[in-house]
Amino acid sequence: MTPLKERLVQLEVLRYNPDTDTEAHFQRYEVVCQEEWVVLDALNKVKADIDPTLNYRWSCHMAVCGSCGMMINGEPKLSCHAFLRDYEGVIRVEPLAHFPVERDLVTAPDDFMEKLKRVKPYVIPKEQKPISEGEYKQTPAQLMKFRQYSMCINCMLCYAACPQYGLTPKFIGPAALTLAHRYNLDSRDGGRKERQEVVATHEGVWECTFVGACSEVCPAHVDPASALQQMKITSSIDWIVEHLIPGGKSARDTVSREDAGDIS
Amino acid sequence: MSRRPLVRECPPTTWYFRQPRYLRYMSREITSIFVGAYCVLLVVGLQRLSAGPAAWEGFLLALQSADSIVFHLLALAAALYHAATWFNATQKAMPLQIGEDFVPGNVISGAHYVAWAALSVVVLYLAGVF
Ligand code: SF4
Ligand code: FES
Repeated sequence: MTPLKERLVQLEVLRYNPDTDTEAHFQRYEVVCQEEWVVLDALNKVKADIDPTLNYRWSCHMAVCGSCGMMINGEPKLSCHAFLRDYEGVIRVEPLAHFPVERDLVTAPDDFMEKLKRVKPYVIPKEQKPISEGEYKQTPAQLMKFRQYSMCINCMLCYAACPQYGLTPKFIGPAALTLAHRYNLDSRDGGRKERQEVVATHEGVWECTFVGACSEVCPAHVDPASALQQMKITSSIDWIVEHLIPGGKSARDTVSREDAGDIS
Repeated sequence: MSRRPLVRECPPTTWYFRQPRYLRYMSREITSIFVGAYCVLLVVGLQRLSAGPAAWEGFLLALQSADSIVFHLLALAAALYHAATWFNATQKAMPLQIGEDFVPGNVISGAHYVAWAALSVVVLYLAGVF
């Protein structure tokens, strides 16, 4: 077996210790890495050999758990998916932007978790059936309608990329709104009207100005920007039906059924 | 161990220098100033037209000035860029599903370009160009 190529990597890592620091500062590490490694491997090597006090989150090391998000040279990235070979010179590693820093590279996701809850990210059945009537069926075409939007790994990279979220923290934000869209599009779901109270507001989709950064950084190719633009269109149709068409009050219910598509 | 999270603010006026994609976004937004200014120009033209032949002739003369031509070229470039960004966005906003598959995005954007060209021909025809 040919030996793996080694490389001396320089990392500039943001440090913050809530017990002793009032401000964050950068700390430089030099660490010998294998050329094939990712940034997370380099951090693990620093923690093992150089500085055991360094804090960061990770779990799967294969871009599925969504816990290792960081700013790498200013770009939101999964550190287990950021290959050293794609970087030259000093690599700057910071905690995810727009989230409070708990310690070093660890951020507090509380705000995102609250927002996820607010969009009711679960199937709210259109009609409750007794178990004896069997399962809620779905065709492959009905599944494909929302499948892409169900791939989110909750890594919050889209929030770190979104300047609107950075400037206006009350914005529900890309991933949570996209999840609302995912359930609205589900043929088994009848909860769109309930979600609209959060979605069709100025902290919902109307805070989005379509910068599109969320979709560019998303490691799971969810394309949150597309979900939000689609929701703006359906919300606008709701508004027109409710305000400009006489007797159009129950529009949201009707649209939700059409959106979801009925099995028949 | 205490919990004392550090908030790193997003700079309210300089954030768009942080990444090239933010500058691209701002350039798209700025084109709307030219689109808006051109609409104002059209309204002024209508007003001049209603004010009688002398006023209208004066307006046409003003359009031929060097400043006006530079403005028109800038407005045209801005409008084209603005239109292209919107046509490219249509594939995200208006996906079309046929059976299990989605129509490729460039077909949806392409259809908008075709509709644009067709409408432009109609407008030119109505204006008596051919
Ligand atoms: S939408 Fe993409 S970037 Fe945002 S949290 Fe989900 S997987 Fe991460
Ligand atoms: S460690 Fe799980 S996504 Fe990176």
